[in-house]
Amino acid sequence: MIKPLDNRAWFLVLPVFAVVAFSAVLPLMTVVNYSVQDTFGNNQFFWNGVGWFQDLLDPSKELGGRFFEALWRNLLFSAIILAIQIPLGIVVALSMPREGWTVALCLVLMALPLLIPWNVVGTIWQVFARGDIGLLGWAVNRTGIDYNYTGDSLDAWITIVVMDVWHWTSLVALLCYAGLKSIPDAYYQAARIDGASRWAVFRTIQLPKMRRVLLIAVLLRFMDSFMIYTEPFVLTGGGPGNATTFLSIDLVKLALGQFDLGKAAAMSIVYNLIILAVCWVFYTVMTNVDADERRAEA
Amino acid sequence: MARITLDRLAHAYKPDPQGPQDYALKEIHHVWDQGGAYALLGPSGCGKTTLLNIISGLVRPTRGRILFDDRDVTDLATEERNIAQVFQFPVVYDTMTVRENLAFPLKNRRVPRETVARRVEEIARMLDLMRVLDRKARNLTADMKQKISLGRGLVRPDVAAILFDEPLTVIDPQLKWQLRSTLKELHRALDLTMIYVTHDQTEALTFADKVVVMHDGAVVQTGTPEELFVRPAHTFVGHFIGSPGMNVLPCRVEGRTAYVEGQAIVLDRAYPALPQNRRIELGIRPEFAKLAASGGLPVRVRRIDDIGRARIARVDMAGRALAASVPESMDAVGEEATLVVDPRHIHIYADGHLVAGEGAR
Repeated sequence: MIKPLDNRAWFLVLPVFAVVAFSAVLPLMTVVNYSVQDTFGNNQFFWNGVGWFQDLLDPSKELGGRFFEALWRNLLFSAIILAIQIPLGIVVALSMPREGWTVALCLVLMALPLLIPWNVVGTIWQVFARGDIGLLGWAVNRTGIDYNYTGDSLDAWITIVVMDVWHWTSLVALLCYAGLKSIPDAYYQAARIDGASRWAVFRTIQLPKMRRVLLIAVLLRFMDSFMIYTEPFVLTGGGPGNATTFLSIDLVKLALGQFDLGKAAAMSIVYNLIILAVCWVFYTVMTNVDADERRAEA
Repeated sequence: MARITLDRLAHAYKPDPQGPQDYALKEIHHVWDQGGAYALLGPSGCGKTTLLNIISGLVRPTRGRILFDDRDVTDLATEERNIAQVFQFPVVYDTMTVRENLAFPLKNRRVPRETVARRVEEIARMLDLMRVLDRKARNLTADMKQKISLGRGLVRPDVAAILFDEPLTVIDPQLKWQLRSTLKELHRALDLTMIYVTHDQTEALTFADKVVVMHDGAVVQTGTPEELFVRPAHTFVGHFIGSPGMNVLPCRVEGRTAYVEGQAIVLDRAYPALPQNRRIELGIRPEFAKLAASGGLPVRVRRIDDIGRARIARVDMAGRALAASVPESMDAVGEEATLVVDPRHIHIYADGHLVAGEGAR
């Protein structure tokens, strides 16, 4: 088949380009605009150059200090989330039934938490974990453990982590389950004939076959936990103190609470760049894995 | 090394089988001799793979026993039987090298390291895998991967039988011949029992000393390729083996004469014990029904197919369609011709099963 090359085809892309420019590029440019200006109010702005960025990236400055604190806090949170949800998701997927009517039941049960809106999840856990009227908080307190997520930083962290695990582990599990389902029975049969132990089956068959879905799961869970806002905002509001103030929460405090538009704009841009960089790394790794697999099939 | 006995084996996938229609594998009694090369031939869904999985222990039979020599292995797990199996699609462990793949079954059985290394080298040499021994298994071609699967079975010194489940399905045609001759050589060199499942008659007939033909969950005939060709025990075997397959025509038998739609055909044998109220059929292979200008049964020629090594005539005899061979001496074939059949190769079937006749003339 001959594919004619005609540059006029670019005109067909114009409407999309216009929409994207209007909805994404222009708003982003206003953020860029704010990030290089300062104001004393009265809608009068003046040029500040890279001043905000210098403040932001210098930990000794007030702005830089709080930014890096929130950044490390957020990275720690993402690391904990990945360290729990990925292995847990794999274990759940491995223990799900492979056939029968229980499959559908499991899938529906697993999908339920994923269907609940973020702020509803936050509200559920805010009530659930309260010491006076919440079932969880009351039960924990009754066992003699002093638990109060509004006053104790560690308790607040534990509550947020447990909430996120409750909300999102099924996503990892469902992805892994899909990966497991794609393994032909012959692999398991061959492994039995070869006398492989349960662990060897996992290491040599299941884990390699799940590699691609796991990469996607890690990417999704990292991005989502790195951008988390609603659930901790509803649950703890970033407190106690700043203990659970993650990047998004800090950004909103800065932009809407203090109305420091220049600082907030600079922070938005750096935040955005970090996410883009991480995405790029993941994308490169994934395409390399894909290319590797294609080579293997050829 | 073992003789494998299937003792009144049957299998149903349903938990509570009632009649024979519930059985994927109807009762079968068969002995696979030590060192034999067998083919299990039949169309898709006839129960071949079920039977194979029962022998390897992946499926437990509903009824009956499996004996290796005189040891009952019916309840033994797959890994405790000395069975190797090669599957339809190549199974290799992606993350391992070819060497690690071959060593895997021995490592799992805690065989000493030096023994493993020695066995792996031996098997790799036998299967011509030395060049790729340290490459990742996933990057190899399908036929190489099938060799690795085979090697993982052979590497165990105690292996009693190797089961092949349509192992050449995904292999390129040119490589099929190579791999099949590798299998034949291995069979000669190692004195192993090999059971080869396939729906391809050419594969079965070239590989096996003995072919077991299955149809609809039951074994319909066991025999050498020649026996299957000359004396099909069931009309299905006649159909399934040979290209084109045997002509099967409904008929009526009186003494040493069969009548097909009123057309009398002389038989070699008499069938006094022919059961009543059964479907009686006459079978004749196209190879034994030759077209002639005159002197035979009158037929109408519809077309001639040139299939390379021979010409096959599609003819109508008394309104029934038949395939017949065209002798090389016969050049021009008109619409009107006659058919000369060899009475010694005419078989009579009752409800599909061969009926032995009496008294060759």
